[in-house]
Amino acid sequence: MNLLEINHMKKSFDGVEILKDISLAVREGEVVSVIGPSGSGKSTLLRCAAMLEKMDGGELKYLGERAAWEEGGRCVYADKRKLKEIHKHFGLVFQSFHLFPHYSVMKNIIDAPVSVDKVPRKEAEERAVRLLAQLGLEDKKDAYPYQLSGGQKQRVSIARALALQPRILFFDEPTSALDPELTGEVLKVIRELAKQHMTMIIVTHEMQFARELSDRIIFMEQGLIRQQGTPREIFESPNDRVREFIGRLTS
Amino acid sequence: MNIQMMFMQLVKGMGSSIEIFILTLLFALPLGLILSFGRMSHKSLVQVISKFYISVMRGTPLMLQLIVVYFAPYYVFKIQISSGYRFTAVIIAFVLNYAAYFAEIYRAGIESIPVGQYEAAKVLGYSRAQTFVKIILPQVIKRILPPVTNETITLVKDTSLAFVLAEAEMFTIAKQIAARETSIMPLMAAGVFYYVFNLAVAGFMEYLERRLNYYR
Repeated sequence: MNLLEINHMKKSFDGVEILKDISLAVREGEVVSVIGPSGSGKSTLLRCAAMLEKMDGGELKYLGERAAWEEGGRCVYADKRKLKEIHKHFGLVFQSFHLFPHYSVMKNIIDAPVSVDKVPRKEAEERAVRLLAQLGLEDKKDAYPYQLSGGQKQRVSIARALALQPRILFFDEPTSALDPELTGEVLKVIRELAKQHMTMIIVTHEMQFARELSDRIIFMEQGLIRQQGTPREIFESPNDRVREFIGRLTS
Repeated sequence: MNIQMMFMQLVKGMGSSIEIFILTLLFALPLGLILSFGRMSHKSLVQVISKFYISVMRGTPLMLQLIVVYFAPYYVFKIQISSGYRFTAVIIAFVLNYAAYFAEIYRAGIESIPVGQYEAAKVLGYSRAQTFVKIILPQVIKRILPPVTNETITLVKDTSLAFVLAEAEMFTIAKQIAARETSIMPLMAAGVFYYVFNLAVAGFMEYLERRLNYYR
C-alpha cells in the first residue's frame, strides 16, 4: 500500500510558483531521497506534505485517506478530526531541530505522546529510554537542549518524532545545520532506521549518503520532478543537468 | 501628635499602597495578555481597536486617567459618586493603564519566539491552545521578565498618583502629616518605604529570573 500519495501538488508564494505539478507515491518501507538545487521546491514539498503549508492545488493522501483535495478549483482540507488522525501517520525532522528549550531531553520526547496521544506516562518514558539507547543518548535524558551539540540535538529531535510512532518520517535537510564532523552521527542514525525499514523521505545534499541508502532518488528542479529512479539510474543519468548537479556535490 | 501615632497612620497608608500594587498586577497582567492577542489579531478591526486603546493609554497621563475614571460616572451619566467608589476607581484606572503597557511587553515576547517552535508543536500534533500554554508561554515569560520588572518598579512609585483622588495611600498620608506637623520626616519615611518596597520587588524578580535560568 502507498503510505503517502501526492497527486498534482501545486504551491505558490506571492505569485511565484514553487511547486508546479508534483506527483509522488511512497510505499511502506521505502526510503526516498529528494535532491536538487536550492529553490527547486524540495523543502516546500515536505512542508506541504506535513501540512505546515497549505497547498494551492492537487491531492494529498495518507494510507489511502484524503487529507486534501481539489474542489471547484480550490484546495480543501479534511475536517479537523480527520486531520488529527492523519497527523499521527507522519513525523518531520527539521533542519534546525526546533527542540523545546525549556524541556529536558526526556520531556521533549515524552510530552507529545503523553499530552497529545494520551499514552500513559510510564509507557512513554519506557519508549523514550529505548529510543535514547538506540540513538546513543542514554546519558543525556536529563540534559537541556542548550547543553547538547548540534548532532545530539538532531538525534533528540529524531527521537522526539519517533516517539509518536509515525508510519512515515520526513527529514528536511537533517544535516545542513551541522558541521561535517557531526553530520556523520546523524546519518548513522538515519541509516539504522533504514535498516529497520522505516519509511522515509529525506531532502538532502549528501549525495553519497542518498546513493547508498535510498531505494529511490528524486531529482527536483524549478518546482518539477525532473527525474526519479534507483540511485544507479540517477547517478548514471543520461540527463546532463542531473549529472552535472550530482558531480558538483560529490567531487 | 506623637511619633507613634504618625507611624500608625503611615503604616495604614502603606497598606493601601500595597493593595493598589497587588490588585493592579493581579488584573493587569492577564488583561494585558488578552489585549496583546487583540493587538496581534489577524482580524483588522480587533487589531485597530486594540492598537488605538494602547496608544491612548500610553499617550495620556495616568493622573488624568485616574480623574476621568473617578468623575466619569457623574459627568457622563449623572450618577452620584459614592465614597466607596474612590478605591475602585483607582484600581480600574491603574489596571486599564498598566494592561496597555503589559500588552506591548507580551507582544514583543510572543513575537520573539521562533516560528520553528510553533511548527514543531504542530507537526507533533499539539493543539493551538496546548502549543501556547505548554510551549510558547513558558518561553515568553522567561524573556519578558526584565521589562516586566521595569514596569513593576514603576508601578510601585506610580501608586502615589492615587493622591489626586485623595485615596489614603502612603504618599497622600505622608503629605498630609508633613503639612500638619510642618516636618519633612513623614515624606522621608514615605521615600524610604517606596525604596524598600522596590528593593523587595527587584529582589523577588531577580529570584524568578534565577529560577528560570535552568535553560537558555
